[in-house]
Amino acid sequence: MLNRLKNIGLMTLAVSALTIGGLTSANAAGASAYPLKEYDWPHAGPFGMFDKPSLQRGLQVYKEVCASCHSLDMVAFRELKALGYNVDEIKAFAAEYEFPNGFDDEGEEKYRKGFPQDYFPAPYGNEEDARDANNGAFPPDFSLLGKSREHLSLFTPWNSIYGEDYIVGILNTYHEDAPEGVELPEGMNYNEAFSGNLIAMAPPLFDDIVEYADGTPATTEQMAKDVATFMYWAAEPKMEVRKKMGLKVIIFMSILTIMLYFVNKRVWRKIKKGDDIA
Amino acid sequence: MGSSNYQPTNKAVKWFEDRLPILGLMHSTLGAGYLAPRNLNYWWNFGSLAGFMLLVQIITGVILVMHYTPHVDMAFRAVEHIMRDVNYGWLIRYTHSNGASMFFVVVYIHILRGMYFGSYKSPREVLWFLGLVIYLLMMATGFMGYVLPWGQMSFWGATVITNLFGAFDFYEGMGESILHLLWGGFAVDNPTLQRFFSLHYLLPFVIVGVVILHIWALHLPGSNNPLGIDAKGPGDKIPFHPYYTAKDLFGLSFFIVILAIFIFYMPNIMGHPDNYIEANPMLTPAHIVPEWYYLPFYTILKAVPDKLFGVIAMFASILIFFVLPWLDGSKIRSAKFRPTTAFFFWLFLLNTLYLGYLGTKLPDEIMIDMAGGIDALTMGRISSVFYFAYFIVIVPLVSRMESTKPVPTSISQSVLDANKKG
Repeated sequence: MLNRLKNIGLMTLAVSALTIGGLTSANAAGASAYPLKEYDWPHAGPFGMFDKPSLQRGLQVYKEVCASCHSLDMVAFRELKALGYNVDEIKAFAAEYEFPNGFDDEGEEKYRKGFPQDYFPAPYGNEEDARDANNGAFPPDFSLLGKSREHLSLFTPWNSIYGEDYIVGILNTYHEDAPEGVELPEGMNYNEAFSGNLIAMAPPLFDDIVEYADGTPATTEQMAKDVATFMYWAAEPKMEVRKKMGLKVIIFMSILTIMLYFVNKRVWRKIKKGDDIA
Repeated sequence: MGSSNYQPTNKAVKWFEDRLPILGLMHSTLGAGYLAPRNLNYWWNFGSLAGFMLLVQIITGVILVMHYTPHVDMAFRAVEHIMRDVNYGWLIRYTHSNGASMFFVVVYIHILRGMYFGSYKSPREVLWFLGLVIYLLMMATGFMGYVLPWGQMSFWGATVITNLFGAFDFYEGMGESILHLLWGGFAVDNPTLQRFFSLHYLLPFVIVGVVILHIWALHLPGSNNPLGIDAKGPGDKIPFHPYYTAKDLFGLSFFIVILAIFIFYMPNIMGHPDNYIEANPMLTPAHIVPEWYYLPFYTILKAVPDKLFGVIAMFASILIFFVLPWLDGSKIRSAKFRPTTAFFFWLFLLNTLYLGYLGTKLPDEIMIDMAGGIDALTMGRISSVFYFAYFIVIVPLVSRMESTKPVPTSISQSVLDANKKG
């Protein structure tokens, strides 16, 4: 009787838990109400590694388009090695930038060329300067956006929003005119992916706004995907070494676990049989 | 931790042992000198796993401190410096952050195992208290650790949680004084970060001390076991080494595989993405949530309309575990022989998980789409009432009234019986 009661109780619970989970999963998603297009990122999954040509194109888009407003404070030129550049290329890349270098004998500021150990310089000297130039809005730093805009869910992975998809979503869902009934304040733009739909950033990408060095057609979607890949790399530069080491650790520990299982079984053989007390 | 019959054969070792009998102490604590019940199942692995996680957290934490700067202007950048520039810094930090979560997983299972098999009952009440003290210290340590990266959730989590203590406003200005003491100023700011850093470094070593007391208190009565009966005769017990060292090593190795999956393949899934945005006191996140391991208690806090009573209910929901040994009036420890107790135990567990799930929801989110929509606040209140009813009504009544199953006379007898059947 009690067992049956228990089974019924547990069954009811399981069913109601599933129903509640199902009912709520629809509104569980995080930052964006807009259903973001999900891309197959080559760097996703346990074995996924960065698409280097895409990273290089993304760097080009960042440098030629985004960098006029967005900083990339935490990335040093030396790290561009991960994008497939060699030391000389990185030195040449860094030398295109100028950095303040103390003062001369007359108290005037001196400048020097950039070195690989320098960090990407910010487009504005400070936040006030940036807001002044951008209608009061502050263009966020790019270093961690790839990670800070994603919503990962362990138990309902289908509700996860990936940072790269979100970035592409922002760049690709501008509307020239706001839908009927939406008041568009001065200096604002309508964007489907952005929370609240009103975004200060003007649509930054147009077809062929950059000319890719590798000849890839520079469609808006292509550029958005490349810059999203680049931004995810900037946020998680150690992803490749992390996944490679993870594979080794998990293989090693799995074999050790199997061996220890048999060791344990061997140690317990007599005790399990009860030989010592029988 | 008890006398030892450890007799070293090596002369030098014996010379040392006569002057400091520390090897005998190890022998009688974790070696062949400690006799444990022969029937411990895999749920008993979680004690040693918790000890392992404490070590992992201390070692990774000490290394992180070498590269971290506890200052509001530098903390966020220092963590990214660890992630980007320090050799294997990403590995150390991801191990520490995921390790904290896994430490709580392990400790929760360890506590639930104690609840199910009645390990809190006489004569192990003090052992149970010490475990709860460890858990409370872990909560404080985990909370302060989450503040250190100085991201948005660090700052706003710290603001919300510290503000709770302002509810203790029993005389004019008392709540404010408590807050000023916690903050070291008039809001969460640099002094707060620095004192949290100091305490986050200190408390783990306090935990180590209480763990030693916890093991001491364990070795007087000895381990409980799945049958919940006292281990009496020599046939009931086996030496800890090699039997449980082998079993614990196997469990540990398997556990490390799970831990590695999190560290290497989903290192950020336990954290909140907003913590990759530097703390900004002028910008409140849309939705402030604490770390997952506080969520059930956060729901209880939100379920009570009055601030002071909400805070009291939240603390009571944890402190009530201290009186569990007396709420439970059963003569039998293990829920194996108490079917009704077992049923309500699982119900309690499901309800607590649901409380945790509700903790991530906004109060007006619709949880059940019927009767015009039942929101998260209502569900949180129902679940909170059940949570307390479990302790105050269900356990005291069920434990005193239920009809129990026959309990075996001894551990060795039950082993022999099982062998005859199987």
